Amino acid sequence: MAKVKMTVNGRQVGSDCEDRTLLVHFLRENLALTGTHVGCDTTQCGACVVHMDGRSVKSCTILAAQAAGSSITTIEGMAKDGELHPVQAAFKANHGLQCGFCTPGMVMTADDMIRRHGANLDEATVRAELDGNICRCTGYHNIVKSILAAAQEMRAVPQAAE
Amino acid sequence: MYETNYHRASSVEDAVRLKSSAEEGKYLAGGMTLIATMKQRLAAPGDLVDIRHIAGLKFISVTGRSVRIGAATTHYDVASSPELKAICPAICDLAHHIGDPHVRHMGTIGGSVANNDPAADYPAALLALDAVIVTNQREIGAADFFTGLFETALEEGEMIVAIAFEAPERAAYAKFRNPASRYAMTGVFVARRDSGDVRVAVTGAGADGVFRHAGMEAALAQNWSPDALSGATTDPADLLSDLHASSEYRAQLVKVMAKRAVAAA
Repeated sequence: MAKVKMTVNGRQVGSDCEDRTLLVHFLRENLALTGTHVGCDTTQCGACVVHMDGRSVKSCTILAAQAAGSSITTIEGMAKDGELHPVQAAFKANHGLQCGFCTPGMVMTADDMIRRHGANLDEATVRAELDGNICRCTGYHNIVKSILAAAQEMRAVPQAAE
Repeated sequence: MYETNYHRASSVEDAVRLKSSAEEGKYLAGGMTLIATMKQRLAAPGDLVDIRHIAGLKFISVTGRSVRIGAATTHYDVASSPELKAICPAICDLAHHIGDPHVRHMGTIGGSVANNDPAADYPAALLALDAVIVTNQREIGAADFFTGLFETALEEGEMIVAIAFEAPERAAYAKFRNPASRYAMTGVFVARRDSGDVRVAVTGAGADGVFRHAGMEAALAQNWSPDALSGATTDPADLLSDLHASSEYRAQLVKVMAKRAVAAA
């Protein structure tokens, strides 16, 4: 048991947990940030994707202790001042979700790929980049559509991506 | 996951000291295999020594055609390095097809090499590139390093610090991915040097792990083209057989992947 400290959604947090505690459980149970989901628990489905120091990672396969000292962004940190993040808005506008369980991971993945690919993001790249995220409703068409729409929106208004 | 004690190393010396003072310690890099295995209770190290934060283990240096990659360099950083892409795009392409984007953000070249999973991608590249595995104690040639399934020449406490190789004139990697796990059901890395030296290394298929294919190397040294491999054979008796593919199927995949790699190089 040790006190693990990190920055989550811009806020300094610290909480006692066992060394074996996974980051996703630290977020959900210690910090009550239940937007990050556990889908498969075997590093395949991507429902648990968060950003660690600016890169998308699977929080079910990282110990909270490994993330100590890092800066984490979860789905709860995406909307700012009551305004949906452009990726969230695009998922809403394009019906990019069915049951919604995979959506937090999809949104975090989408934001990461849009930032990495910028203007070069096309449909084939989006589909390839979704390799680590599973939608068991199989609603991929609208997810891809949402991500492409968000990419266009974020190009048009770059400051909205911050 | 069983209980474990987490330690964060600040230097290579610190990591070696922490691990040697633990009863059942393991080095932890990106953890993309180790943490997943611990969750399944297939591994239960009493102590984890996190080497991800050690300064000086994350770098890619290219001098002429000499390449050196720090052990804690992620697959993403290898895949997206413009310096590497300029002289050895094959290694970038290989790294780009490991796991998925999130796994590539965490997983490291040193971790993959030290684990020597028989279906991992990097062992094929290192063997075909005649790479040197640099540890805190010595330098080990790839041919002597990979000794069997999940087995390497690493001694107790020894730690990989870098991978070094000379970029060949031409190289490519072709992989038949398991669609669920993304591991290689068969992967072939081919490399040809100005000297005429040709190496073909196969991963995901060998019953003893990664191996060089002497028959294909001889055929390609004579004639560097996919057609040169039409008569090449691989003995299924030396190959893995599991629920994903029989050894006969893998023998065929070795040929097809080798042809694709030569065509792409």
